[in-house]
Amino acid sequence: MWVLGPIGFTTPWLLLGLAALPVLWLLLRAIPPAPIRRRFPGVALLLGLKDEEAETDRTPWWLLLLRSLAVAGLILAFAGPVLHPDQRRGGTGPLLVVMDGTWADAADWPRRIEHVQQLLTDAGRAGRPVAVVTLTDLPEGALPFQAASAWVSRLPGLKPQPWAPDPKALSAFAGRLSGSFQTYWLSDGLAHDGRMAFLSALERHGRVTVFETGRPFFALPPAVFKDGAITLTALRARPGPAMSAAITARGPDPSGTERDLARGTADFKDGATVAELKLSLPSELRNRITGFAIQGERSAAAVSLTDDALKRRKVALIAGVPDQEGLQLLSPLHYLREALKPNADVIEGKFGDLLMADPDVIILADVARLPPEQEDPLIAWVKKGGTLLRFAGPRLAQSDVSRETEDPLMPVRLRAGGREVGGAMSWGQPKKLRPFPENSPFHGLAIPKDVTVKEQVLAQPDPSLASRTIASLTDGTPLVTRKALGQGQVVLFHVTANAEWSSLPLSGLFVRMLDRLAVATRPAEPSAADLKGTTWVPKKLVDAFGATHDAGQVAGVTGEALGRAEAGPATPPGLYAAQDRRVALNVIGAKTVLAPAAWPAGTVVEGAAARHERPLKGDLLLAALILLLVDLAASLWLSGRLRGPRAGAAAVVLAALLALPPHPAQADDAFALKATHGVVLAHVLTGNARVDQIAQEGLQGLSDVLTQRTSVEPDTPMAVNLNTDDISLFPFLYWPITPDEPLPSAKAYDKLNDFLRTGGMILFDTRDGDVSGYGTTTPAGQRLQQIAAGLDIPPLEPIPRDHVLTRSFYLLQDFPGRYDGAPVWVEAAAPDAAKADGMPFRNLNDGVSPVVIGGNDWAAAWAVDAKGNFLFPVGRGATGERQREISFRFGINLVMYVLTGNYKSDQVHVPALLQRLGQ
Amino acid sequence: MNQGAPSTPLRGRAEALASPLPPLLAEAEHLAQAVMLGEHGRRRAGTGDEFWQYRPALGGDDARAIDWRRSARSDAHYVREKEWQAAQTVSLWVDDARSMGFTGDARRPAKADRAALLALAVTVLLTRAGERVGLADGSIPARSGPAQVVRLAEAFSGLATGAGEADYGAPRAEAMAPHGRALFFSDFLGDPAPLEDALGRAADRGVRGVLLQILDPQEETFPFDGRTIFESMAGLLRHETLRAGDLRGRYLERLAERKDRLRQLARRTGWQFSTHHSDEPPAAALLWLYRALERRL
Repeated sequence: MWVLGPIGFTTPWLLLGLAALPVLWLLLRAIPPAPIRRRFPGVALLLGLKDEEAETDRTPWWLLLLRSLAVAGLILAFAGPVLHPDQRRGGTGPLLVVMDGTWADAADWPRRIEHVQQLLTDAGRAGRPVAVVTLTDLPEGALPFQAASAWVSRLPGLKPQPWAPDPKALSAFAGRLSGSFQTYWLSDGLAHDGRMAFLSALERHGRVTVFETGRPFFALPPAVFKDGAITLTALRARPGPAMSAAITARGPDPSGTERDLARGTADFKDGATVAELKLSLPSELRNRITGFAIQGERSAAAVSLTDDALKRRKVALIAGVPDQEGLQLLSPLHYLREALKPNADVIEGKFGDLLMADPDVIILADVARLPPEQEDPLIAWVKKGGTLLRFAGPRLAQSDVSRETEDPLMPVRLRAGGREVGGAMSWGQPKKLRPFPENSPFHGLAIPKDVTVKEQVLAQPDPSLASRTIASLTDGTPLVTRKALGQGQVVLFHVTANAEWSSLPLSGLFVRMLDRLAVATRPAEPSAADLKGTTWVPKKLVDAFGATHDAGQVAGVTGEALGRAEAGPATPPGLYAAQDRRVALNVIGAKTVLAPAAWPAGTVVEGAAARHERPLKGDLLLAALILLLVDLAASLWLSGRLRGPRAGAAAVVLAALLALPPHPAQADDAFALKATHGVVLAHVLTGNARVDQIAQEGLQGLSDVLTQRTSVEPDTPMAVNLNTDDISLFPFLYWPITPDEPLPSAKAYDKLNDFLRTGGMILFDTRDGDVSGYGTTTPAGQRLQQIAAGLDIPPLEPIPRDHVLTRSFYLLQDFPGRYDGAPVWVEAAAPDAAKADGMPFRNLNDGVSPVVIGGNDWAAAWAVDAKGNFLFPVGRGATGERQREISFRFGINLVMYVLTGNYKSDQVHVPALLQRLGQ
Repeated sequence: MNQGAPSTPLRGRAEALASPLPPLLAEAEHLAQAVMLGEHGRRRAGTGDEFWQYRPALGGDDARAIDWRRSARSDAHYVREKEWQAAQTVSLWVDDARSMGFTGDARRPAKADRAALLALAVTVLLTRAGERVGLADGSIPARSGPAQVVRLAEAFSGLATGAGEADYGAPRAEAMAPHGRALFFSDFLGDPAPLEDALGRAADRGVRGVLLQILDPQEETFPFDGRTIFESMAGLLRHETLRAGDLRGRYLERLAERKDRLRQLARRTGWQFSTHHSDEPPAAALLWLYRALERRL
């Protein structure tokens, strides 16, 4: 390849052709444009005429330039120009391709494989033996040098692993290396332990080239539950500009389908590598979360599975008095049970059994003293991190627990007897709660006004009392006290858990206080000691790409191993289970630090951002082609072929090539806008201009009358072509039938049937009511039958006397148009329509007839001209005018029926109608 | 039905023979239909078939001439007179040179087509009026009656493609009946001398007639440009130019000159001259022809 600046040529000797351009110039210049031969009888008149000016018969210079450029473009194109040519990596001898093969590679794995393939192709061309090694899956024994083609077939089998390379295995592998070879290392861009040692080991055998993509890399450590919110921390390897990462919480919805339960964005500040996201979710939702993921990151590091840490707590309830049947509302545990059930697993039973179940919280309601054999394990349990929640009550008040000395299971010492305020036998008003102090876990909760306390147990004033009080009454006496015991805590409510002593358990505040105290408490992260002696079986595993799948039958892992494990071949990341407990092992632990790989000075580091080769052959050929096309047009123009007899055809072809087809939707839009601007009555175009005009004028007359008399104010009626227009925009179509009307097309039938099915109405008018009433089938009637054969029309009947059309606006019994007496047909009523009691109408509340069929030529009766004069006579004299009036009333009733459906059939109006009918 | 098969060759040939006729004839009939404008008679009494008038019998009238039926209705005697119908002889010449085969646009008929159509339509009209029509070169002598229309239609069908040998046609007017009428259809673009000669001899024999020049619109507008070699239809004449557009003005000048010369010639010999373009409807030209003939008949 011959390189000239940023451009290289694969076959540079072709460029010699450029030298021939001047010759071409001279040749072209000498040859004038070819003449056109035309047969023309008028030549007899032309004989003897001389050209006025002896114009040069040479090609104009600009056409020459155009052609020269085109030819130059062709020559350059075939010389194989390449922009930013890739100077092939030189080198001889065996080549070792090293891939990290970690989760960090997964995001752009296909591109890495492609890159390796490119390397293999080059090596194959050079006849170099190649070995491909992934550091997470090191080969046993020596380096497997093979022919490049052998590796190409094995490439698809290479997969990244969801863990980092093991430093020990790496150093062992480095020790097995022998011979001299060059190394090409596709790094994942992160600093892993043992990397530098491995690099120096490789460098001892030959040149090492490192390839790194500069792509940003994100990781998601496990979620932490803190202060009622889930805190997620997103990490990135390199500080960069401000950006945000979208994080979704996945989990099953109530139907069991896996879906996004919540989402939020963690915003990285400029230059920061850590971003936080707080998700405050209802516990119902929180309990369902199975994992979090950074959206758009195809890597195991961007996935964080959740375990019991975010799950609902297990709460054990123990009451001093066994529940009495029938006295539920007095039961000391009833309110607790109700309050906790939605948020926690409530367990009840014998004390010993409860402790065995390892609850997160134990609630003692009015339990004074526990037997010693129970007390000691309880203390031990609390010290290990349990929460003991106690409620006072008559028993506790009368016992001597924590009188003289503080009981380990009581936060404070108590005074004997307790006190009663605001009762029947005492002075004062029931006490209210004081707002929670800042150091209280209840801080910020709103206190309802109606929460009052009538009785309580009182705490002995102690130096530590103030610090242990987390809620108090308005007079300063403590209501809730708390003390830490070991890793756990003991909390005492100085009132009962039922409504006997206070109205607190009745209020929503009670639930929220429990939530803060018990349910929202998270156990410490499981340590190796916690898991000792247990066996954990993987249930779900995460692959390097961040996809979870069922683990299947996999050998279990001991608790100790799991407790101190990082993700590795022996403990692949995933969700492990032992009995009811679940522990998630994530690629990124809480302490994992993401750091970009730091290569020692002197290492050759290539980036994927390197300029890619770009062959310019296609572009140049295209340019030359365009120039030649321009030359074609110019030559035609010069030689007069663009004028003359066929110029019109040529211009049409050119215009068709250049002009984009006009947008057909615009006309449709105008039509749709006009049709939907208001209520618009429409008629179907029959192809008979006279009939169409009468229909238009008739609907105009009806629209005018509707505007005068009703709140329906239609716009100018429109004509509808069934084949081209959208009829679904209209509520109502008037369709006059003529005997020679063409049948609608199949498409039009589809539209019509859709129109009828979706609530449209068509008024068919055969306009032959003067002759059709005598049992003969008229030509228009026959045509109507043919047209309607393709329509989805229900069974019909003549309008019954109780049809809604007879009373939707006016009370009518006749439906005349220009003619009177021909029956008008509508959809038949349901056969089971029964007469309602005391009503003159049948119960016809269902369905609106999609068609009304008649022959009374209504449009002619309604038709008016521009001045509002009636265009056609109706009947004779006053009777005729009355008939026209009734015909207008029919039109109004029909439009009302179209627009309001069976509204008038509603029972509500029956009394008023009865009254009017009775008159 | 079994006899159908052997008869097919004959029938096929007959149909092939007849096929060019009906379209041209039908078109000509259709065209002529539009021009049937009322009576076409001599408008005076004479020998003929059509009733002309009743007139009171005069002294010199033959008793056989008296129309007794009319006379019986009154006291006077009446003679029934017929309209005078004298057959005129019309000679047609339709230019069959190659130049007539030219059309500037495939959608337009060739000039020869148009000439044949007009000639046949005139034939139809004249035949209906009872005139005798024939070809001026004597190949089809003048006769009257519908059969003559078919004969002429056959002759014109051959012309319709401009099938002649020469580039430009010269009228062959040897067989024109004295004191008859003549119709010449051509583009008259060739040498005018033979035409002048023919018209001079026609005038000597008392023949009057009509010259109808049929031109293609391209011949009227000369819409050419660029380097062009113009050739006559047979390729005998040729003219090369580098810029055809420059010739337009002078060409149009020469064309106007030629038309003027034809017009002068027609006036001198008592003929009439008009130009028809092949993109115009033929009915107008036919109407003009009909009127022009009628005026002098």
